[in-house]
Formats: sequence, structure tokens, C-alpha cells
Amino acid sequence: MEIPKSFLGYKRENGRAGTRNHVIILPVDDISNACAEAVANNIKGTIALPHSYGRLQFGADLELHFRTMIGTGSNPNVAAVIVIGIEPKWTKRIVDGIAKTGKPVEGFHIERTGDIGTVMKASKKAQEFSQWASEKQREECPMSDLWISVKCGESDTTSGLASNPTVGNLMEKLEPMGVHLCFGETSELTGAEQVCATRGATKEASEKFMKTWNDYNDFILKEATDDLSESQPTAGNIAGGLTTIEEKAFGNFQKIGNLKFIDVLEPAEQPEKGPGLYFMDTSSAAAECITLQAAGGFNIHLFPTGQGNIVGNPIEPVVKLTANPLTAKSMSEHVDCDVSKILSREMNLSEAGDKLIETTLRVANGRLTCAEALGHKEFVMTKLYRSA
Amino acid sequence: MATDIIIHDKKDNVGVVVIEKITPKQDCKCWIMEDDSSTDIQSTDEIPLGHKIAMVDLKEGDTILKYGHDIGKVVKSIKKGEHVHVHNVKTKKW
Repeated sequence: MEIPKSFLGYKRENGRAGTRNHVIILPVDDISNACAEAVANNIKGTIALPHSYGRLQFGADLELHFRTMIGTGSNPNVAAVIVIGIEPKWTKRIVDGIAKTGKPVEGFHIERTGDIGTVMKASKKAQEFSQWASEKQREECPMSDLWISVKCGESDTTSGLASNPTVGNLMEKLEPMGVHLCFGETSELTGAEQVCATRGATKEASEKFMKTWNDYNDFILKEATDDLSESQPTAGNIAGGLTTIEEKAFGNFQKIGNLKFIDVLEPAEQPEKGPGLYFMDTSSAAAECITLQAAGGFNIHLFPTGQGNIVGNPIEPVVKLTANPLTAKSMSEHVDCDVSKILSREMNLSEAGDKLIETTLRVANGRLTCAEALGHKEFVMTKLYRSA
Repeated sequence: MATDIIIHDKKDNVGVVVIEKITPKQDCKCWIMEDDSSTDIQSTDEIPLGHKIAMVDLKEGDTILKYGHDIGKVVKSIKKGEHVHVHNVKTKKW
């Protein structure tokens, strides 16, 4: 298949391009959710991103909170942002961070005004943003404007046999076109960590990966009461035939094909070394991982599943693929790309990779994913430790 | 060209069932992805889609190889053709 050279995206002020054109209402903290949701309810064409945190966090945990908030607002799939927080200072810090992209952003704080007054003021601005964004048109953008993140979920042995290698095949074909790529899931590389480390493009990248994995493993050894056998593999993984974390990890690892990663990113960190594959330190819980990758600036997500994970994200479209014929049949409303014919050998890996590229481009051009059509908007902040 | 079992790597001592299930005493066709070769095995147990079958006899302490890599240890001996899963294999981590 000849791979198209471009897709239709929304060009942004900072030179990036989006596959979506959202106007988001972003609460700084848990207690501002009600206000943000009221604004989104008032003004059509906007979405609120409620979440559970943002109060009394400190240190690295607070930095991650700000990085995730600012990164989410800065994502090119977002046209404009309303930020609402209880206090002015943290609200302003997030507004200033997002404003660096040049996109419209305005902050409102609730203290001394109350919910009702804030909803009124923020709604007026949100209406302006929504109508402004509605006039934006899709334009031809080079493939290098695609920033693709990947994460698998509810994996089974069909993930490692077929759906993850399909993503790997797509990566091998798109990397030469200057696409940014990102994989994560620190915990689910356990057992394959030494092999993964050999995929660092430089000695520095390999060492950074091993340090990240070792830090994670030390934390597990410190916090785990017994082992992770209740969580890794999950009951769903085991039902699907996965026996150990090592088996899961080697299956997971198939997603990067034969590529090497050029750098290791902190959670929600934006890549700065140009096109190519990055590893991001993330949890393996689907919604947490995708939220961090979206905050890192990735504008379309590929999600291979075995037993049928249903996750979505409010700003980054999540394309699902499966190679499990039972899942493709029984959960068809969640499957954007069915590659189960690999198992019956009616389709080879390269054909599956081409099919996934075609699906990815249709979604990049505007086709709603299954998760979008079904209303999946899981926005889950990662918290490193308890608040003060 | 259809197959009942797929084996990732020539070195692997397990294969994965890729049809809805295999039944006891079924003669199964196996496809080895690495070098596109074929082999056969007769099953002992009923094994569902996605679950593993032992391609050789395995004794306690042996290493299970899949993708050509170590994915865990045998904790209860397994005969060729039997179901390989959490009842007879455990992680070497944790």
C-alpha cells in the first residue's frame, strides 16, 4: 500500500496540528468541577474535564499536576481553553502555561465570586471561544504532524500474537515519515525490561529507561504486601490465557516493532528531541496512561485490546484494534479495526498494518472512534503520593 | 493455510491455541511464525482460544519459553499436549 503523505487537521498557532477541535473547560481542582460542568452544559460545543485532584498537592506530585493540566490545554486537539479554579494563583499558573501555545485561554477563580457568578462570566467567554472555534477548517497537514501514542489493555495472548505486532508494523512504516511515537506502561514491561533497555537509541536512553524501571520496581517491592498477582496479570488477562507478567510484558513490547526509542519522558512531559519513538514513564492503567500521553502532546492514540478494553479520552481519539475473534464479534461496537484474520492466517502482518494505517488516517481526518461515538471521556490524573 | 496453534519462535516450548478451542486427542496443526514452518501435535486436554499447550514434556523448575524468552517457571510437571497456565506455571518475578 502506498501510504498517504498527508491528513486533514486543524493548524494551530504554535505550528502543531490537531485531529480534533475541542473547546475545553478545565477545572484546576476537584471542587471546581461543578462550575466547569455547568459552563459546559450552558455552552454547546464545549466539554468539561472533571477530575479528582488539585488541592494541597506538593513537590513532584504538584509539578505533575500542573504539567498534566497545562499539557492537556496545550494539546493541538484543543482549540481554546477556559480554566476554572478555586484560587487565583494556581489558576493563573495554568492559564500562563497554556497561553505559550498562542491559543485563546482565559482563567476564572471562584473565591469572592461564588459558583453562579463564575459560571456566568466563564460561560460568556466559553460562548465566544466555541463560536470562534466552530469556524476553524481542516487543512492538509503533513504526516509528520501526527503524534501517535500507544497503549494496550485487557490484553490476552492474541495481543502479543497479532494486535500489538500490527501496531509495531504501523510504527515501522510511519517512523520514516517523521511521526512522533510514544509507548509507556513501565510496570507492564516487567520481565522484558532488560530486552527493552537494549532498544535505547543511545546509551543514555537505555540507562534512563533502566533507572525509570528500577525506581518503579523498588516502589512495588516497598508497597506490595505480597506480590502483584492480584493485579498483574489481571483476571481478564488470565481468562485470555496470559499466565505471567513476563509473558504479558513480551506481548506488550511487540507494539514498538523493531524501533529504538530516542528518549525517556517523565509522565506528561513533552518530547523535545524531534520525530521518532519515545518511552514515557506511566502507569499501565489505561485511562491514566492515555491522559498522560495526551498531556505530552500526542494527538491520536492506538489501543490494541484482547479481551475488550473500552477506554476513551476526552481530547485524544482512541482507536481500538483487536485480533481476538470473540471480542471482535461480541464487542463490535468498541472495535475500530478488526485484525483477527491474522490468527486464521487469512491476513498477514503487513496487510494488518496497512489496514490500521487506513483506520488511523480516517480517524485523524475526523471519523469518530467507537469510544467517541459511545461517549467515553475518561480523564484520569496520575497522583504520585498523598496530599499535605 | 489455516492453523490451530501458533508458536512465536522456534525455541518456544509452548504454543497458543488460535481456534475457539481444541479438544482432547485432537490432531492439531501448528504454525511457527519465526521461520514460517509447520509442525503437528496431539492435545491431551481441552484448551480454549488464547491458552497455551505444551509442545514438549516439562518438569518442575523448567523454564517456559515464548517469544524465545523466559516467561516463567514450571511448578508442576507438564506432559506434551497438556494445558499450560497458572495451575502449573508461575512468574519468576516477585
